[in-house]
Formats: sequence, C-alpha cells, structure tokens
Amino acid sequence: MSHAHDNHAHDHHDDHHEHHHKDTFITKYIFSIDHKMIAKQYLLTGIFMGIIGVGMSLLFRLQLAWPEQSFKVFSFFLGERMAPEGVMTNEAYLSLITIHGTIMVFFVLTAALSGTFSNLLIPLQLGARDMASGFLNMVSYWLFFLSSVIMVVSLFVESGPASAGWTIYPPLSALPQAIAGSGLGMTLWLVSMAVFIAASLMGSLNYIVTVINLRTKGMTMTRMPLTIWAFFITAIIGVISFPVLLSAALLLIMDRSFGTSFFLSDIYLAGEVLNYQGGSPVLFEHLFWFLGHPEVYIILLPALGITSEVIATNARKPIFGYRAMIMSILAIAFLSTIVWGHHMFISGMNPFLGSVFTFTTLLIAIPSAVKAFNYITTLWKGNLQLNPAMLFSIGLVSTFITGGLTGIILGDSTLDINVHDTYFVVAHFHLVMGISALYGMFAGIYHWYPKMFGRMLNKNLGYVHFWVTAVCAYGVFFPMHFIGMAGLPRRYYTNTNFPLFDDLQDVNVIITVFALVGGAFQLVFIYNFFSSIFYGKRTVQNPWRSNTLEWTAPIEHIHGNWPGEIPEVHRWPYDYSKPGHDEDFVPQNVPMKPGEEVLHH
Amino acid sequence: MTSLLVLLVLVLLSIALWQLTKIFDLTQVGKQSDDTQVANDNDNRVNGYLSFGFLAFIYLITIFCLVNYGKFPLMSNAASVHGKDVDQLMWISMILIFIVQTITQALLFYFSYKYRGRKGQVATYFSDNNKLEFIWSSIPALVLAVLIFFGLYSWTDIMFVNEKEEKPIIIEVYAQQFNWKVRYAGDDNVLGKANVRLIEGVNSLGVDLSDPNAQDDIVAEEMHLPKGRKVLFKIRSQDVLHSFYMPHFRAQMNCVPGMVTQFAFTPSMTTSEMRETKEMTEKVANINQIREAKSKKLVAEGKPGLDPYQFDFLLLCNKICGSSHYNMQMKVVVESEADYKKWLKEKTKLVQSVKTAVAEEAAAKLAESNPAKIDTTSVKKDTTLVAEAPTK
Repeated sequence: MSHAHDNHAHDHHDDHHEHHHKDTFITKYIFSIDHKMIAKQYLLTGIFMGIIGVGMSLLFRLQLAWPEQSFKVFSFFLGERMAPEGVMTNEAYLSLITIHGTIMVFFVLTAALSGTFSNLLIPLQLGARDMASGFLNMVSYWLFFLSSVIMVVSLFVESGPASAGWTIYPPLSALPQAIAGSGLGMTLWLVSMAVFIAASLMGSLNYIVTVINLRTKGMTMTRMPLTIWAFFITAIIGVISFPVLLSAALLLIMDRSFGTSFFLSDIYLAGEVLNYQGGSPVLFEHLFWFLGHPEVYIILLPALGITSEVIATNARKPIFGYRAMIMSILAIAFLSTIVWGHHMFISGMNPFLGSVFTFTTLLIAIPSAVKAFNYITTLWKGNLQLNPAMLFSIGLVSTFITGGLTGIILGDSTLDINVHDTYFVVAHFHLVMGISALYGMFAGIYHWYPKMFGRMLNKNLGYVHFWVTAVCAYGVFFPMHFIGMAGLPRRYYTNTNFPLFDDLQDVNVIITVFALVGGAFQLVFIYNFFSSIFYGKRTVQNPWRSNTLEWTAPIEHIHGNWPGEIPEVHRWPYDYSKPGHDEDFVPQNVPMKPGEEVLHH
Repeated sequence: MTSLLVLLVLVLLSIALWQLTKIFDLTQVGKQSDDTQVANDNDNRVNGYLSFGFLAFIYLITIFCLVNYGKFPLMSNAASVHGKDVDQLMWISMILIFIVQTITQALLFYFSYKYRGRKGQVATYFSDNNKLEFIWSSIPALVLAVLIFFGLYSWTDIMFVNEKEEKPIIIEVYAQQFNWKVRYAGDDNVLGKANVRLIEGVNSLGVDLSDPNAQDDIVAEEMHLPKGRKVLFKIRSQDVLHSFYMPHFRAQMNCVPGMVTQFAFTPSMTTSEMRETKEMTEKVANINQIREAKSKKLVAEGKPGLDPYQFDFLLLCNKICGSSHYNMQMKVVVESEADYKKWLKEKTKLVQSVKTAVAEEAAAKLAESNPAKIDTTSVKKDTTLVAEAPTK
C-alpha cells in the first residue's frame, strides 16, 4: 500500500486507521474490511445469484409458452427428476417460480443493490474513511454469502427446493404432506432467510450509524447527495421491518418442527386430521407483508437514489426539487410501513381494514408522482449526456411510471377483487419494482464502474444492452397486463388445461420470445463487465465531471479513501451549470466564491 | 429439432449483436479517435433519436396490445349485479392512467431527444419551484381522493351483507387439494355445524350430523345458482390456503383453514344468456378455432382429439395450493330460480347418503363373514388426491 498514510493520524476522522499493516491476499480480497472491496464482493455475489434467478425465469417461461413440451435445456438443467424426458413437472415449475422470486427480491435487488452501492458510496460520498464498523461490515457480507450458499444448496435436496411461492404462506409451506418442496427444501429456505436477515440488519445498522456520525466537515444533512438519503432511509425501513419477517420465519419453523400452532388450525390432509388448533394463516400474511411491502421500497429507494444522482450529473442540471425529493423519500418510507394490507384485501381480514389500507395505499401515489414529475423536470432544458447510466435512469423513470400507474388499480380494494393474483399483478410489480430496480442497479454499475475497477465499461456494448433490454422488458410485461385482465391466474403450471384461457396462449408465446431475447442480451452486459475489469479503457479521476466527493478520491483504491486530509464540503452536490462558474460543474469541496448566492432552498 | 432451433436463435442473436455494435461503432467514423468511453455529441444524437424511437415503440406496443388483446372480457359483460359498478370504476381508472401514461412517457422521451447534449449548450440552472411542486402534489391528491371515494363506496357495498334484510341464499364452498365441493343449506337456509375433525367416509366435509340444522344439508360437486337472488357464500378450506375466484362474477375470496370467510353477490345472467352475448360467442368461436387446429395436430400424431368448447362459468382456485393448483376448478351453472329449485330437489341429502353408506358397509361386513367376499374398497375411497403423493 502507499505511504501516503503518514498524515492520517492528524485527521480526527480516522483514529482506527493508525495502526495499518500490510495486507495479505486473504485480508485484502476475502476477509476484507474495506468498504470498497466489500461493495465489489456484494456485486459479484449478486451478479452470480442474478444469473441463477433470471435463468430460472427463462426456464419456466418456456414451459408457459409451450406447455408440457420436451426441451433439452430442461433435461440439462433440471435433470431427470424435475424434468422426466425433458418435460418440466408441475412441482418443478412451482419450485422455479418460488426460488426465482426469492433470489431476485432478496439476493439480487435487496442485498446486491443496497449492499453494493450503500457500501461503496456512503463513505465515499460523505467523506468518511470507511464504514463505522468495518468488521461488522465484513461479517454482514459473509453472512449474506452464507445465506446465498444455503439457498443454492437447497436447490439440490432430494425432495426439491421450496415451492410454496416466494411468499411461503402456510399451511402449504408448513406441511410436507401438502407439497414435496415443504420438506427439507423449505427448512433450508427458512434457515437461509434467517441468516440473510441477520446480514441485512448488520449492514443497515452500519449504514445508519455511518450516515449519522461520519459525515465530513460541512456535510450537513441537507447537503447530502440523494443517493445517501435513499440508502439512509432504506436502511431505517430495513431495521424496522426485517425483524418482523424473522419472527414470522421463527414461528413457522416452530410450527413445522416443534408442533406449535401459530399459523395452523383445523387441517385434514392426506387422509388424517392434524393436531393443529387455533392458529391462523392470516396472521402469517400480516407478519410477512409487514416486511413484504416495505421490502418493495427497500428495493426501489436505492434505485431511485442512484437515478437522482445519475440524472442530475448527466443532465448537467441540478436535480429539480431537492427538498421535495427528500420529503417524498421520507413520505414513501413512512407510508410504506402502513400499507401492507393491500396484499390482503381478500385474505379474509375484516373488510373495514381493507378500506383503511386502500386509503393509505393510494396516498403513497402522491410522493411517487412527485418523484416522477421531478425527474422529468430535471431533464427539461438540460444538456443531456446520454451515457448508458443515464439511459438506464431514464428507463427507470419510464417503467416506474408505467408500473406505478397500474398500482392505482391494484391498490383500490374494489378493483383488486378481480385482478388479485392474476398476471396483472405480475406485470405491475415486475415493472414497478423488478425492472425499475434492475435499471437502477445497471445505472449504478455503469456510472460507478470506473470508481470500483478503475476502468471504463465499453459504452457501445452498454447502448446495445440498454436498448435491447428496454424493448424486451416492455415486450414481456406490457402484454402481461392484458392476459391478467382476461382473468388468467398466476402460478398456473399450464394455462391450457381447460379451454377458458386457450385464446391467450399466443400472448404467452410472444412474452416468452421477448424474455428469451432479453435474457440472452444480458450476456452482453456480463461480457462487458468481466472483460472490462481486465481490458477496459483506464479511467480518468472524474470521468462524468461529477460534483460528489467520491470523484475527488484517487483512482487507485487505498484504505481510508483519501491520501491526505478528508475533503471539506462547502456546497450542495447539485451545482451543475451554475451561472458565474467557468465549468458546468462545481464539486462539493470547492468553496463558495465571494458573493456567490445559494440558488436553491 | 428443438436443439437446432435453439442453436439457430443463438446464432441469429450473436449476428444481431455483432451488427448492432458495428452500427454504434460506425456512428463514430469520421470523429477523431475518441476512446474515453464517455458519451460524445454523436452518442447523444444517436441515443436521442433512439429515445424518440422508443417512445414510438411504447405507443406501438400499446396499440398492438389494445387491438389484439383489448377485448377485455372481464371489463364488460359482468354476470353479477355488483360487477357493473366494478367494471365502471375499472374503466374510469383505466382511462385515467392511460392518459397519464401517454402524456408522461411523451414528455420523458421527448425531453431526452430534445435536450440531448451538444457542445456549447448550457443547461438551465433551475433547481426548484414551489408552485410547480404544489400543483403536481395536489392534482394527484384530488384525483386519487375521487377514486378512493368511489372505490370505498363500492367496496362497502360489496363486502358488507345485511343477512336479515337481504335474506341471501346461504351456500358453503369447501376447498381441498385439488377440488371444490358445495354444500346447500336446504329448506331452513341454515348450514349445519362442521369441522374437519368430523370427516368420515361419505361425510367428507365434516358436517356435524347431530346438528338439527344439518339434517337437510345437501353436498354437491357442481354449483348451481339462481339468477337474481343474492347468494352468500360461506367459504372453508380443509388443508391449505385456496382462493375462491369467479372472474365472470367479479368475485374472489381466500379460503382459509380454521376460519370461515364469506363473499356475496347476485348473479344477473344465466349460463345460457351469457353464452349468447356477442362478446362470449366471439370468444368461444375464437377458442374453438384454436382448439380445432390443435386437435388436428393431435389426431395426426395418433392421439385423441379435443372436444369443441362450450362456455361455462367456472370457479377457479387462485392461490397457490400445491402441485395441481392449475387444475382446480368447478363448473358453475346459473339458471332460473325454478330450474335451480328443481335441480336441488333431485339431490340426495347428506344425512341420507351417510345412512346409505353405513347400511352398505354393514351389508359388506355381513358379506365378509360369509365365504363369498365382496369388494368394499370403493366405499372407503379417499377423496383427497394428496393421499397418493409420496410422503417422507
């Protein structure tokens, strides 16, 4: 490591870096406590899990388009047990959708998105030497890694992986007699999630403490980039809601293994009455969605934070309505914890409660609308540098609007009656949180890749990646609304077992073709990502001419981030194209000129 | 064959990819070698135009879907009284979000095209405006308030049933892996008590046979409903969560083991009336065309062909409930009240069926003690499919 550390000791921020010793391979690359390395570890694990998750969706899309046909890929990936003679079995189908949902929601869009960018950006954009606790950060990553391993291992157990849907509603998930996947597969699923939650909590607590305590001189809360605001609030929602899922998982483990009856009552299965009495599956639904709904925002807010930063930088314009953006993040965070009941309008809970949840749910549309309008206004009269990251951010705003609007239908209890659990829901949440958050993640990767690896991603491959992905994402999910409105239930192994939905089969074929093409073009990204690590064009220190502090740090990663003093902050992060300056950007560490006005509120 | 196809698709994809990258590379020709991998004016121009093209794509796919799949079989032609209100609210919301979608997407991608970066162009420093923020917070708030008001009004109307005044017919819907049963309350319109612990043989719903209210209960495998009478469904499940979903009636409610949930509606169209509506005849004709083509293929392969389709209302399961979730349905017949009563009259009462079964069993036992054995397994046959699933 460099010798530029000498003057660290004078810095009041970094007393824990004084006794710095030489890194071995293991402490540098494996059990690293450096936030930049941990961010990369999260990203690589996330990409690996993402490949599994997306690959699974392609497999079951094949089954949905050409039901019960024999495919060589099925024999290859699923084996003789899950796909005898190349025909996917119905249980294998349910396993695939379950694990696809779990991996994408938790392992890719929660852990990899938040984990990568919170870790990378919180210290760098705040002007901190590292996270508040580097050790806790390392433990958090390795617990996440452990939970990923357990989840992947569960794919190979003999009775099959969990197959009760990613929401694992009991009794289906509690009773192996009800579905084979609820045996050892579900046990591993629950253990994996429990470990995952521990990892997530450690990470979140670390982010919160770092944001509160380790901001550099001059970095007031209202000078923080919106990325940090988003990560900060996301971490808070995570700390509030993830423990509830943990308790749900623990109670479910007890019901499964120790004969308690928290969620089970009056069950007659496989020819005998079971001993459970007095529990309620509806209780589980409440606990699950008390996490499950905030989870949507845990996924989405970091993506919106990244987008805010990327759009402002590439539009060469301040983000419009900085304070309104913060207010809407806070409003979304608050409302997100009191809307979970809209997943349960027809679960059998009191209909009056349904009315309350309809009210709070439609309220959340207001801050969401504010965000969308603010993004559009930021583009207005900008000088848009259409880098791949910028395109993905614009794509996010587009899918966020398209997916968000159908939320008005689903959030209305009356209308939900008939589209609940149909493909309309699948289309809605994939656009509004799945695709949007993925776009946010891609935007982040394209934008901060130079910061992470010191090299640039190839932009032309990036353009191809974006445009094909954007077309295919709409190609997959737009027609899906229509089959949902025709009443097609989700999670059906085939849609042609009875004639009512025969006329929708051609739509399913179109969707699958778009999915296959879109999936195949992710290989472009994978290739670009891995080849650029070694052969990419070397970056300059501030390639996007951005204002935030991470670009004032040297390209070469060093412990403690800045070789000398930590930069001091004198202004907000969005002084792009400010009148009175020669350049169209003014980094946060540039002091105000004498007489310079603060032009924002 | 499939592997060949897959291979072909892969080859075509890689060619497409190669060509696309080439196009992007070609757009760089004539520039000085610019290798920073940061967007230059030329990239901004190309991607600005592509943004505009993408807007066209969004509109085209919308129009394509509306033309081809825009029949919305469940947004008109509701077969229940409350369904009309649901459909109306659905149309209002749909048109509203359609308008917002069209405008906002246009703004988003038009701005991406219009304000694409150029050398020397300076962005306007415009960081906030309270008036604008106020406008676009309050307009959604107002519109949503109206939607919430209408929505909650219909919701209350649908979900709260006044049993004393409306005197609905009470019918129990009973879910199990993977089929449905219905229980009619009989002349007294009161269902006998029931619990899964009482399940025995023919009494597969666990009805308490000693309950006086249960004496006239009737269990059926097909649901018949009278047109124009309010029906209150009392919904039970014996094993896992299911969902009682009757899309044509705009009706859905989960079936939860351990509790009784309910949903009520008034059928407004008989099965034969529904079959004759213009929308339905078109849909059925279309489906039959598809089935005919499929049938021909099957026959050519030496497999049995498909029967032509005739529309029937269905009760579907709409909550993942196990391996055969996709095939859990029951036929629903809506008919005139006279026909309904006639059908119900011909059904055997549960108590009677149990008595017969017990008598048969006694007879069988008697036969067993005799040298000539009679096979009795059919009487004790289990009703659940899961029983056959391997358990660990």
